[in-house]
Amino acid sequence: MNAATIPVNAASVAMKANQPLLQLRLPLWRSRFMMVILFLAFATLIGRAVYLQAWANDFLQEEGEARTQRIVEVSGVRGKITDRHGEVFASSTEVKSVYASLEDIRIGITPKENTESARKRADRNAQALKQLAPLLGISEAELYRRIGGGQRSAEKGERRRDFVRWARQLPPELADKIAALKIDGIHLQREYKRTYPAGEVAAHVIGFTGIDENGQEGIELAMQESLAGQAGSRRVIKDRRGNIVEDVASIQASRQGQELALSIDSKIQYLAYSQLKQAVEAHKAKAGGIVVLDARTGEVLALANLPTYNPNARAQLTGAQLRNRVLTDEFEPGSTMKPFTAALALELGQVRPSTVIQTAPGRMTIGNATISDAHPHGAMSVAEIIQKSSNVGTVKMAMNIERADMWELYRKVGLGQQPPLQFPGASPGRLRDWKKWRPIEQATMSYGYGLSVSLLQIARAYSIFARDGDLMPVTFTKRDGPVLGQPVISSETARELRTMLAAAATAGGTAPKAQTMGYSVAGKTGTAHKQEGGGYAEKKYRSSFVGFAPAREPRLIIAVMIDEPSNGKYYGGDVAAPVFSAVSGGALRVLGVAPDLPMKPIVLPPEDREIRESLGVSLAKSE
Amino acid sequence: MTRLNLLLTPALILTALSLVTSSHRARKLFIGLEESQAQHARIEEDWRRLQLEQGTLAKHAFVEEVAKKRLGMRTPDARALQFVPLGIAAGVKP
Repeated sequence: MNAATIPVNAASVAMKANQPLLQLRLPLWRSRFMMVILFLAFATLIGRAVYLQAWANDFLQEEGEARTQRIVEVSGVRGKITDRHGEVFASSTEVKSVYASLEDIRIGITPKENTESARKRADRNAQALKQLAPLLGISEAELYRRIGGGQRSAEKGERRRDFVRWARQLPPELADKIAALKIDGIHLQREYKRTYPAGEVAAHVIGFTGIDENGQEGIELAMQESLAGQAGSRRVIKDRRGNIVEDVASIQASRQGQELALSIDSKIQYLAYSQLKQAVEAHKAKAGGIVVLDARTGEVLALANLPTYNPNARAQLTGAQLRNRVLTDEFEPGSTMKPFTAALALELGQVRPSTVIQTAPGRMTIGNATISDAHPHGAMSVAEIIQKSSNVGTVKMAMNIERADMWELYRKVGLGQQPPLQFPGASPGRLRDWKKWRPIEQATMSYGYGLSVSLLQIARAYSIFARDGDLMPVTFTKRDGPVLGQPVISSETARELRTMLAAAATAGGTAPKAQTMGYSVAGKTGTAHKQEGGGYAEKKYRSSFVGFAPAREPRLIIAVMIDEPSNGKYYGGDVAAPVFSAVSGGALRVLGVAPDLPMKPIVLPPEDREIRESLGVSLAKSE
Repeated sequence: MTRLNLLLTPALILTALSLVTSSHRARKLFIGLEESQAQHARIEEDWRRLQLEQGTLAKHAFVEEVAKKRLGMRTPDARALQFVPLGIAAGVKP
């Protein structure tokens, strides 16, 4: 730069004169050189910046994310199961499991790190572990043994078990105490525990889940897909204080389990369960089952079995306890099948309710087998045959019916087929092809031997009488209104059968004890010899009662089965009918159905005047 | 040109600052949302627990046991029962 070419003032000239350095003339290239150096330095910086920002940004991006982004879990809770009024039958609550990462638990100090801070930390840990032991319910020595054991095996190079579960499903209060100890290497993990407040009362309907919350029995299994919740996770940005400030992405979508309202009414369920229990205990029975159906909607209002179990404490369960007898046990229904024979005879126009059939002398022979009645009744109308449960009368009606027609009716009411029901293990029963029926088999089937059904099947089959001739579909989930059924018999026949079955539940029938205060009832008893090995057991019975109430305008269908009553009484009318009486009366009151009879106590006929139903045991022997 | 720059510079600074505050506010709101959601989960969990507790305490079997054993109650005999038709109970002539 040439000083002379620049206009300068006097002061600067004077300064220049005083400063000899400034008067030096430097070669031009030196300043140019410096400028290039500086420029190159900047260019390098910019180039590096651009390179890091635009090309090789993976590493930095990752590091940045690692410092701000976190993956958090999103819980998915299994859905609740409630009764029809919202009362909880099964619900999941949060519990914590304690995991120990043994390597990270520091006990004592190694010589290497003998510093003040290490000693302090060891002290604090020892204190915390002392408090932890009682919380886990073990002694301190045991706790150290567990930690030590794990650490030693790691040293020896054995298969490392450094992440072990110490406690499972702890209540939250306890878990909070453990978390407050803040021990390195002790982790809490959120889990869910399923609780069943109704306990053994509804055990067979609800079922239960395994420890991983997968349904294993009952509704829990049947509805697994909709009930199951799915835990998910998402990536978020957290700030310095640990607050989530931004959602980045969902890694795995979570799903909340759907709530499920069952058709069960918890009041009726308890009533049914407690009455069944009383009866099973009073008659020293081996087992029992009861099912209550809503005759209008086909909903299962109650279903109970004995023996039962507590789904909250399933340490020792036997198969007998687990069995849902109402659905899975197939048995020969006995006399409860007679109304179907009569209905078919009426339907085919072969008889009318008043048609008289001669049943004297109370026995008849088909082939080389004899069918007999408990007491000979003489000439009886069809209505009386049902009322008094005559085997001979029923068989005489059946012998005029084509085998195929009988089979078709049985099929139409759902026998021999899996009930269309979303429930695991529902039995189809057994109904053989009509082409293979021998005459004696057709005869025995007309009064319920030689085919087998489940209690639910027979209860559902009775809907053709309780409704106007149609077979209703049954369900365990809540329905909103009446349901249409499959027509099977005419409404005329259904009405006539209702009258006959109502007569059976009076002093003149086999089940006077089925009567209940304030409501008319109708139904049929069944007392069947149990099959054992190839033949029938002499003194083992299965007593049942299937009926509906109120008789004229049925609202409920109830089927009761008591297996091997062994306290003297074994007739369905003595053992199962009283259960029906108590449950129907109570349940109709719960449902708010107006009484159709005066509220007067039931007068029962004296014991010796009772009408015994016929068992068909002589046949069993003769076969 | 310079004048335009003079005008744009404060505008730029202003929008930059407002971007900072609005993103700050957005984060605050998001934290609030997260907190509310966490609270929702907590309350729902409490509700589930309380519902179960209620279910256990109001269990028919439990109520019956307390009524019979602790309070000495029993079901009245059918003969001792008087049923009142609904119409009379409501004060309406039957």
